[in-house]
This record gives sequence, structure tokens and C-alpha cells, in this order.
Amino acid sequence: MTARTFLINGLIAGLFAGFAAFLVAHTIGEPPVNAAIAVEESSSAHEHAEAPAGHHHEENGIVVSRHNQSTWGLLTGTLSIGTALGGLVALAAAGVVGRIGRLRPTQSTALVALIGFASVALVPFLKYPASPPAVGNPDTIGERTGLFFGFLAISLVAAIACTVLASRLLPGLGTYRTVIAALAAYLVVVVLAAQLMPTVNEVGTFPAQTLWTFRRASLTTLATMWGTIGLVLVGLVGRAHQQAAVESARRELAASL
Amino acid sequence: MAIAVPAAPTAEIPTIPLRELLPWLLMFALLALITIFFVSADQGAISIPSGNAIHEWVHDGRHLMGYPCH
Repeated sequence: MTARTFLINGLIAGLFAGFAAFLVAHTIGEPPVNAAIAVEESSSAHEHAEAPAGHHHEENGIVVSRHNQSTWGLLTGTLSIGTALGGLVALAAAGVVGRIGRLRPTQSTALVALIGFASVALVPFLKYPASPPAVGNPDTIGERTGLFFGFLAISLVAAIACTVLASRLLPGLGTYRTVIAALAAYLVVVVLAAQLMPTVNEVGTFPAQTLWTFRRASLTTLATMWGTIGLVLVGLVGRAHQQAAVESARRELAASL
Repeated sequence: MAIAVPAAPTAEIPTIPLRELLPWLLMFALLALITIFFVSADQGAISIPSGNAIHEWVHDGRHLMGYPCH
């Protein structure tokens, strides 16, 4: 197995994941997004005499129809992110294969996908959850973007550092204590960062039920994305590992003749 | 107990040398970061290029994948 094998399998897994995430986001995510846009338009209709025809944020900007945004636009987004994440997860898996205790390639790949979901999607979501249209002040977008990606970076770096630490501690401490120590170290870092970093609350009078439905749909979309990357990649890595084993056995046999 | 294990339990787990992995990782990470930037943050906090076409096109994905949109 080479870096190339992992990357190709990761890109394939990412495409599947992007498509699966699109199906989930389109099915359960679009209803709350449409409800949120209805809230946004009714509130801006109070402010302006004329209600805007479509959903757009700049007076003379390009308007993409809601139909295109919820189908081709959404698919573009999920496929791009899926492929990018799939490749990155696969290369990370290539880096840890054979380096975490005695985990087989499929097991260490599954572990990478799980750590990736927790540190890149779940933990950032818990501090800075996804917000539907109409929630969020356009004037603070720069600050909110910085906080979100800053917290994501802290979580990701901490997760990588703790995984490397765990692989070093494993021979001396054993699996059980190593997992506890690494998990505790990661939690100390992210909980401390979450406590120190400012909270964003721009919900205002947005309906709570729609907000909950949207956020649940968003987290389900992210879980689908990461879950599909993990499952497909583990399957492909397992197959590649088996093929490599068969190949080396055949070569050994040929050499012994 | 150990006799019951049929296959060699100490089978080699392959590793990939880091110096072999690094160029793939660097190249793909750069590409992936650019891709993620355009979908997740472009024409929000920073605009390259200016306008709102990319923002509008990936609008729903940006909201539903948890990125700050507007």
C-alpha cells in the first residue's frame, strides 16, 4: 500500500460521502432552510416597502434561484467538501497505518475517521453551531468566521497531538490507560479553549423549533458525510490490504521456487 | 491458548515512510484547503474575487455543513 492507494481510495470515498450528504441535506435540511428564509423575508418586508424577489444579501448582486441553491448549488458544496475531506482523511490514515499499536489498516483508518468527525465536525459544532439564514448579523461575519475556524484549528491540532502522544504512550501504559490519558488531554484543551473564546449569540427572536430542526439536520448532514467517508474508506483500505498481502505471498512463493 | 490461533498473529502491518507520504500530503492539503475555502468562507469574511456569485451558489451547503455564512 502506498500514499497513492490511500489518496485514490479517499477521493472515491469522498465522492460517495458528498453525494450521501447531499441526499440527507436536501431531504431534511432544506425544509428548515426554507422556513428560515421565510422568516428572513417577512422581517425584511417589514423594514423595506418592497419585499425582495429572491434570497439574496446584496441589493445589486447576482441572484441564484432557490431551486438551484437547493439542488445543484448544494450538490457542488457537498461534493467539493466531501472529496477534499475524503482525500485528507485518507492521507492521515496513510500516515498512521501500522503506527498505532497493533491496529490493522482497517482499524486505524476507522479510528482516523472517528477522530476526524469528533474534532473537525462535532466539537466545533458544539461551540459554534451551524446557523440558518436570518440568524447571524452580516456585520460580524468576519469575526464569526475567524472564531469558527480558529476553534476548529485548535480542536484539530489538539486531536493530532493527542493521537501522536497516545501512540507513544501505548507500549508503556496499555490501551485502556492510554485512551483515557489521550482523551483527557484533548478534552482539557478544547474545553479550556471553549471557555476562553467568546460565545456567539445572534439568534434574537428566531423561532426555536426551526433553529433546532435546522441544527439537527446540519449535524446529521455532517455525520453522514464523515460516516460515509469512514465506511467506504475502511472497505477500500481493507480490500487494498488484502490484495497487497496476496501479492506479497505470491512473490514469496515465486522466490522460494 | 496461543496454539488455537491459526494465522501468524505477528503478521507485518505495513507502514508508509513519512518522506514518501509528505509530498502527497502537502500537495493535496493545499488543493483541499483552497477547495474548502471557496465552499466554506469565500465572499463572506473575505472575497476573492469580489461579488457574491460563489457565495450564492454554495449558499445552502455552507449553512447546512455548519460554516458561518452571513
